[in-house]
Amino acid sequence: MLRVLLIALCLAAGPAHAEERFITLASTTSTDQSGLFAHLLPLFTARTGIAVRVLALGTGQALRVAANGDADVVLVHDRPAEDKFVADGFGIDRRDVMYNDFVLVGPAADPAGVRGLSDAAEAFRHLAAARATFISRGDNSGTHAMETRLWRIAALDPAGTRAPWYLSAGQGMGPTLTMAAARDAYTLADRGTWLSFRDHGDLCVVLEGDPRLFNPYGVILVNPARHPHVKADLARSFSDWLVSPEGQSAIGGFRIGGHQLFTPDAGAD
Amino acid sequence: MTTLADSLDLAASLIGGPDPELMEIVLLSLRVSLTAVTIATVIGLPLGALLGLTRFPGRQALIVLANTLMGLPPVVVGLAVYLLISRAGPLGWLDLLYSPAAMIAAQTVLVTPIIIALTRQIVESLWEEYHEQLRSFGVGPAGLVATLLWEGRIALLTAVLAGFARANAEVGAVMMVGGNIEHHTRVMTTTIALEVSKGDLPLAMALGMVLLTIALLINAGVGAVALRTHHGR
Repeated sequence: MLRVLLIALCLAAGPAHAEERFITLASTTSTDQSGLFAHLLPLFTARTGIAVRVLALGTGQALRVAANGDADVVLVHDRPAEDKFVADGFGIDRRDVMYNDFVLVGPAADPAGVRGLSDAAEAFRHLAAARATFISRGDNSGTHAMETRLWRIAALDPAGTRAPWYLSAGQGMGPTLTMAAARDAYTLADRGTWLSFRDHGDLCVVLEGDPRLFNPYGVILVNPARHPHVKADLARSFSDWLVSPEGQSAIGGFRIGGHQLFTPDAGAD
Repeated sequence: MTTLADSLDLAASLIGGPDPELMEIVLLSLRVSLTAVTIATVIGLPLGALLGLTRFPGRQALIVLANTLMGLPPVVVGLAVYLLISRAGPLGWLDLLYSPAAMIAAQTVLVTPIIIALTRQIVESLWEEYHEQLRSFGVGPAGLVATLLWEGRIALLTAVLAGFARANAEVGAVMMVGGNIEHHTRVMTTTIALEVSKGDLPLAMALGMVLLTIALLINAGVGAVALRTHHGR
C-alpha cells in the first residue's frame, strides 16, 4: 500500500526531478519580498545555469530548515544566530554580502515624540514612557532579534513584563506593518521591506540612521560534512558569485523608486 | 474602503485575460488538490465502507478517531509531514520536501479522514435501509459493498467534494512542505498569503475571488454530471 502511494506521489510530482540543476536557498522575507531576488537570481542563473529555489522564511526558521539539511545555502541577517549556526557545525564559510538598515516607523502624528531623536534605544524609551502601541514581529526573525537587542540596550523588557501597549504579532514583516498601520502603532522594519511595502497607510519613518540599526546580511553554506546530500559545489558557486564584482554590482544596482535598498560590502570582514 | 472595489476589478481582469504565471499557479493548485483527493478517495471509500458495514471491537473508537481527524489543522499536518520527509527525518532519503509530491502527501493526509468518516456515515445509513432486501437476494460481501457504494454515489460525491474543498482551501500544509517556491510549489493559497504579506491586499483579494470562481466551476460541473446520472437511472 505504502509503496503504491509513493509511486503515485512520484508520478504526480511529474517532471520536478528531471529539472535542470538547482539549489535551494533558505532566506528571509526581506530579501525576497523586496524584489531583490527577482532582480539578482536571473543574472546568476544566466551566468552559471544554476536555478535557485527560494524559501522566504524568517531568519530563525531559515537557519532551522538549513540545520535539518533541507537547504543548500542560507542568506540571512542575524549575526549572533549566524555565528551560532556556524559554531554548531551546521554551516561553513560565512561571508558578508551586503547591508541595509532598520528604520523605526510609526504614525505620522508621532504621539511618542520620537522624530528628531538619533539614538534608537532612546527612542524606545520614549515609546515606553508614552505607552505608545508597539507591534513586535515576535517571530524569531532577524528583525525581531534586532528589536529585542534594542529593548535590552534601553534597559526595558516590555515582552517579559507583558506591557499592555506591546503587541507581539508573531508574523512576517508585511502583516506586522499592516497591523501597525491599522492600529496607529510603531514598529521596527527593515528598510527593504518598508520601501517595497504597498500598504503604508498613515505610517512613516520616524527614526533612521543610528549606527546600531545597521543590518548586515551574510551567506553561509550548509556544511556538507554534516549533510552529505547538499549540493555543496553549486551552493559555493552561488556564494562566490554573490561576493564577486558582478554579484556585488548587481546588488548595488537594485533600486526601488530611486532608492538603493542594499549596499554591497563583501570582503569587509 | 476602496480595496474591495479594486479587488473586483482586478479579479475580473485576471479571469478575463489570465496571464501565464497565474495559469501556472492555478494548474499546479488543481494538480495537487485533485491528485490528493483521488488518492484519498481510493483509500477512504473502501475503508469508510468497511467501517460502516463491519462490527468489531474498537470500531466505535475508530469512528470517533476518523470524525476527530476531519478537523486536523492543516499547519499541524504540514509540520508532521515536514518532520517525516525533512532530510533529518525518517523519510528524508526520498528527497520529497519542497516538491509538489510533498504537497500532495500532506493534502492526502488532510482529506482521507474526511472521506472515511463521511463514507462510513453514508454506507451505514444505506445498510440500515436496504439490508433486508440485499440479504433476501443473497448478495455476497463484495457485491454488497459495490451495491451500497453505487446506491450512495450522489452522497459519496458530496463527501469527495467536501474533501476537495478542504484541499483546495488550505494554506498551512502546502506552505510548510511546499515552501511556496516560485514556478515550482507556488499554488493559489500560498500566493494569496504571500500577497497579503507584501501588503498588496487588492491583488490578494482578487486571487481569492479567482480561487472561489474555480471552485464554483468544479462544483457546478460535478453537480451537473451527478444530476444527469441520477435522472438517468
